[in-house]
Amino acid sequence: MSIVTVQLGQCGNQIGHEVFNAICGDVHGTHGLCSKTENESYRDACKERFFREEESEVPVARAVLVDMEPKVISQTLSIAARSGYWKYNSRSHFCQKQGSGNNWANGYSVHGPKHKEVIMDLVQKEAEKCDRLGGFFTIMSMAGGTGSGLGAFVTQCLRDAFPTSFILNHVIWPYGTGEVIVQNYNSVLTLSHLYQSSDALLVHENDVIHKICAQLMNIKQISFRDVNQVIAHQLGSVFQPTYTAEGGLHYSRNPLGDLMETLVPHPEFKMLGLRNIPQMPENFLAYSAFSWPGLIKHLRQMLIANAKMEEGIDWQVRPPRLGSTLPSSHSTNKPLHFNTSIANLVILRGKDMHSVDLGSFQDPSLYTSWLNPQAAFNAWKTPRAFNKYEKSASLVSNSQFLLKPLDSVVGKAWNMFASKAYIHQYTKFGIEEEDFLDSFTALEQVISSYSNL
Amino acid sequence: MTQSVVVQVGQCGNQVGCRFWDLALREHAAVNKNGIYDEALSSFFRNIDTRSGGDGPDIYKGKICSLKARALLIDMEEGVVNEILQGPLRDVFDSKQLITDVSGSGNNWAVGHKLYGYQYQENIVEKLRKTAEHCDCLQCFFVIHSMGGGTGSGLGTFVLNLLEDEFPEVYRFVTSVYPSGEDDVITSPYNSVLAMKELNEHADCVLPIENESLFEIVNKIHQMVNSGKLGSTVKQNSMITSSTGSAKMAQEKPFDAMNNIVANLLLNLTSSARFEGSLNMDLNEISMNLVPFPRLHYLVSSLTPLYTLADVNVPSRRLDQMFSDAFSRDHQLIQADPKHNLYLACALLVRGNVQLSDLRRNIERLKPSLHFVSWNQEGWKTGLCSVPPVGHSHSLLALANNTCVKPTFIELKDRFMKLYKKKAHLHHYLHIDGMEQSCFSEAISSLSDLIEEYNELDATKGGPRTDPSRLKIAV
Repeated sequence: MSIVTVQLGQCGNQIGHEVFNAICGDVHGTHGLCSKTENESYRDACKERFFREEESEVPVARAVLVDMEPKVISQTLSIAARSGYWKYNSRSHFCQKQGSGNNWANGYSVHGPKHKEVIMDLVQKEAEKCDRLGGFFTIMSMAGGTGSGLGAFVTQCLRDAFPTSFILNHVIWPYGTGEVIVQNYNSVLTLSHLYQSSDALLVHENDVIHKICAQLMNIKQISFRDVNQVIAHQLGSVFQPTYTAEGGLHYSRNPLGDLMETLVPHPEFKMLGLRNIPQMPENFLAYSAFSWPGLIKHLRQMLIANAKMEEGIDWQVRPPRLGSTLPSSHSTNKPLHFNTSIANLVILRGKDMHSVDLGSFQDPSLYTSWLNPQAAFNAWKTPRAFNKYEKSASLVSNSQFLLKPLDSVVGKAWNMFASKAYIHQYTKFGIEEEDFLDSFTALEQVISSYSNL
Repeated sequence: MTQSVVVQVGQCGNQVGCRFWDLALREHAAVNKNGIYDEALSSFFRNIDTRSGGDGPDIYKGKICSLKARALLIDMEEGVVNEILQGPLRDVFDSKQLITDVSGSGNNWAVGHKLYGYQYQENIVEKLRKTAEHCDCLQCFFVIHSMGGGTGSGLGTFVLNLLEDEFPEVYRFVTSVYPSGEDDVITSPYNSVLAMKELNEHADCVLPIENESLFEIVNKIHQMVNSGKLGSTVKQNSMITSSTGSAKMAQEKPFDAMNNIVANLLLNLTSSARFEGSLNMDLNEISMNLVPFPRLHYLVSSLTPLYTLADVNVPSRRLDQMFSDAFSRDHQLIQADPKHNLYLACALLVRGNVQLSDLRRNIERLKPSLHFVSWNQEGWKTGLCSVPPVGHSHSLLALANNTCVKPTFIELKDRFMKLYKKKAHLHHYLHIDGMEQSCFSEAISSLSDLIEEYNELDATKGGPRTDPSRLKIAV
């Protein structure tokens, strides 16, 4: 089954391009470290998911590029074509001239309805070119105007037009100290709206990725390109082909469906965080050796201590003892800083992954009490190494990972809302104070639900 | 890509405007090596086919034939505009873009606004429409004028009104030169306050400029160049005051250096909209992020660096110095003290070889010394444009919405009241058709209200921070 990617706004387009680059680079590399047949299956599965073959041409990404101003898209199209390994369909993009001005209302209420037909037409065309449509993957930032506002609108349209398809939104959380002053408003409006139409939100935080670039990748002068490449690597580690069933003979063909099934048992809980280890500069790889037990141990501690990367993990945090004596209406008998999960998915790429013991992830104390812990954990594997890492382990987690960031964004937005600052910029385009209140209410509900795990 | 139109009104407006067009051509010439008319150029220039003689049709793609500025030049006396048309820029403007008269406005806002406004209204609207028609997607009008005189101040604000009526969707950015305390025009306080009311009500963003600041910057550079020690290594074309490499070099006039600074401000402001970068900052984003309440749209601007040394290799520490400078009074275009007042919002537009991490590091570094309003503690808007200005490897424009403009406005009000109480020179204004006492009282009341809005925000500074309580959800 194939995934259609919708890249929205400057961020969405810049990241989308890096994602296709990473995936293509991985497939064409000689570092699969597995048998030839294995490699070929992997490559075919990957191609089916993300690319179309056109006669005597490089593979074409199954993507629609949308932006309200032309500079980024034209850059993205030309850079991709120059790579020689893949390209975008030259007609599969839509842009306007004037941008959304970082204004969510402009993206959602003005650009959305105005360009709905054209955009959905492009999406429809891409969807029709898939033998079997596996769902949609949208990439957007929350902080700006197009990715956030138009992105929320397009997601709604996707839901309406494809009621049974899976929709996964990849959302970029902006730096805490501003890239855009009204980013908290835009974020609140985006999240509350996406929650209604999307199946799940996969989040990357700029602050976190920045730290990874600085501390793990040793990059001195970090640019957005560096940040986007780390994000692309992490996404690739999730979406490249894997075997989802123990002893499965074929690479799974329904990645989005599988993801939703394992991670989103309840519609109230849609926030997914992503961790990937190891991460290091390319030139270190040759000198490093990893063991699965080591990687698993780190990944698990990252999960329960809510560590953002493999350095600076708090090893003091322990899961609570089950059967604790305090009965209470909400489970505050869990120790502070402990990250409670709803569901977790671990993805292992590299040789000897068959023998890996993942029992530590199946410990019921990691999970909330109202779910069956057997169903809460899943593992996908492949012996084929990913992107030059001999062994690589990823964790996609539906847990309290994003509780604090969410609470922080809502808090700051509320603070600003109380003073009514900038509201006139939104009402100008049809988003009223009640719309803000609705969004705040919806998100406080999500915060409350996650807090009470 | 969008287009912008510059409307330059009055002597000051036209002189600054002239420098803007000159430096804009210089900037594009430095970037555009193939002579192809590209989208960046189209934001401020049309490309006209003049082969058949006279004014041909617009050429949208392909080689540059003849560039015409998207501008409207308005002045009620002919001297300045005529000089422009006889100078090296004469081919950049066409005769249909001019509106001139002979006798000037006598430093009288009423003459500019009411008399000439009424007289030239139709003509102005027609020419504006024509300019707009040549634009594929008109995004912004830049009005350049001074506040203290008669034409720039009076007719300039009249045009501002027209822009709002005729093109309500297009942004209006106004660059206003405010009179200094020792201004030799006695009635400048009247003119300025009357103009302020118009700016309060009809402008989206105002960039106030004070001659004193420009003068100080010119002096500072002058000292640096002539100090002997580093002087010989200053790159000539990098000075924010220089016309080197532009068409104008031969006959530099006294105000040229100061006007070049303002021209550079406008170029930097629009750079991210014209050129590519990893984090674009368009003009509509500037308005969106920096104007929390409709009338509080006065932005303090500062530019760095003022010049570059010929030494090209800039270590990180120098880069950090650039950010620090942007928050120092030496680099501001008005005399105000943002560091000791309250920031409502701040934007940093970086050009050239600066990385995201440098930007973030400096924001973290500078943040603690700046006071931000309680509801916008982390209110920074940032933009990264890849193309640096001519002669530099990187530059920074900082725009701040800060309550430090309040003292400037209070002073203006005081100077106004001094004259008004004695009814000095009032008759010159009142005898103009359409001008009444109420114009004055409304204007001063508008200014007072504005000052009061800033007062209310200042009152929140330093107080205990009590965040409003969040919505409670029933569990």
